[in-house]
Amino acid sequence: MIKETRLIMGMPIILIAPDKSVANENIEEVFSFFTYVDKMYSPFIESSLVSRIRRGEVGEPEYPDELREILAIAKQTKRDTNGYFNVWHKGDFDPSGIVKGWAIAEAAKILGKYSDNFYIEAGGDIQVGGVNEGGYPWQIGIRNPFDRHQNIKVVALKDSAVATSGTAIRGQHIYDPVDNKKLDEVVSISVITSNIIDADRMATAAFAMGAKGIYFIEQLDGYEACAVMADKTTITTTGWQKYEATK
Amino acid sequence: MYKKLAVAGFVIATFIIYSLHQRSEGSQALQKVSISQNTTMPSTASSMNASTPATSAVSYKDGSYTGKSSDAFYGYVQVRATISGGKLSNITILDYPHDRDNSVEINNSALPQLKQEAIQAQTAHVDGISGATDTSQAFKESLADALTRAKV
Repeated sequence: MIKETRLIMGMPIILIAPDKSVANENIEEVFSFFTYVDKMYSPFIESSLVSRIRRGEVGEPEYPDELREILAIAKQTKRDTNGYFNVWHKGDFDPSGIVKGWAIAEAAKILGKYSDNFYIEAGGDIQVGGVNEGGYPWQIGIRNPFDRHQNIKVVALKDSAVATSGTAIRGQHIYDPVDNKKLDEVVSISVITSNIIDADRMATAAFAMGAKGIYFIEQLDGYEACAVMADKTTITTTGWQKYEATK
Repeated sequence: MYKKLAVAGFVIATFIIYSLHQRSEGSQALQKVSISQNTTMPSTASSMNASTPATSAVSYKDGSYTGKSSDAFYGYVQVRATISGGKLSNITILDYPHDRDNSVEINNSALPQLKQEAIQAQTAHVDGISGATDTSQAFKESLADALTRAKV
């Protein structure tokens, strides 16, 4: 089994390949892809495509096909979420909300060439293929946003994805314990569906919707979610429980 | 100029800490930031070019200060820091990735009652963990900026 973590795009990228059919060079190919994505789409890198578009140096006719694909997903997401997702933020071009999920999905295509079984994570968003080293569905913890060393749920996933949106800081530092008004707010929301692009974009949008987000996910076919609230309760969609690990 | 350098230094330092420890000790790095704010002394001398917000020697003037909007790679984060009695007393998130004012149409009457329960720690072995960590750095940047404005 190969398991490797690297810091790319300012976050840990974790790859697990349980099968012997996967060689170290296959893992390198995936990490190289993430490095490429960072160079192209990081708003922190002056020479990145995103920075060049922001400076007006690259116009739409020159966009590469993959960016067109990313923008098409963004456009669709804006429609699906009634405007809760937009690649323009205060006048700046910012497709990052889609890039992360897209990059994981592309990485899954690369690893998928070598094995049906894999785990790919970028900063807490995960796509799994097949089963883990023990032959079981991948056991995925949902992190407690109030205590990052704890998991509050464990879900068993096979050929599925989970993405969490929110911020760990909220639970620990933002909320005034005497201000009850804030306690109905959502600290984080985790969304499960078949692929990471959809899990990621819907988790981001649902989090932005606040308390309504979990109901938004409830209405979507093929999606389940678990929201962690500021009062340290969880709200789960009606089908979430089928993913909770029983092993 | 000194202020900018101090903030830049702080941002670079926190980014390095963040990058190195994000997975194992990310929350501790964040706590360092907030603990040091809480232990600052009430306002004393004026010190425009004093140390970075991460040190305990800085004094803050009472009031509310809005930090710059910081890019978290996955969106923008902006916070407002409130100082009372020379200490950081509250932080309000003003902006968060892809937050929009538009209302989403949800037909609540057609929805079932969703299951709500207290959070419980799970001890089972896991292969991986899903959690939100993306915006921590941008949060710190915006907070550092707000606190720079609050300095006396």
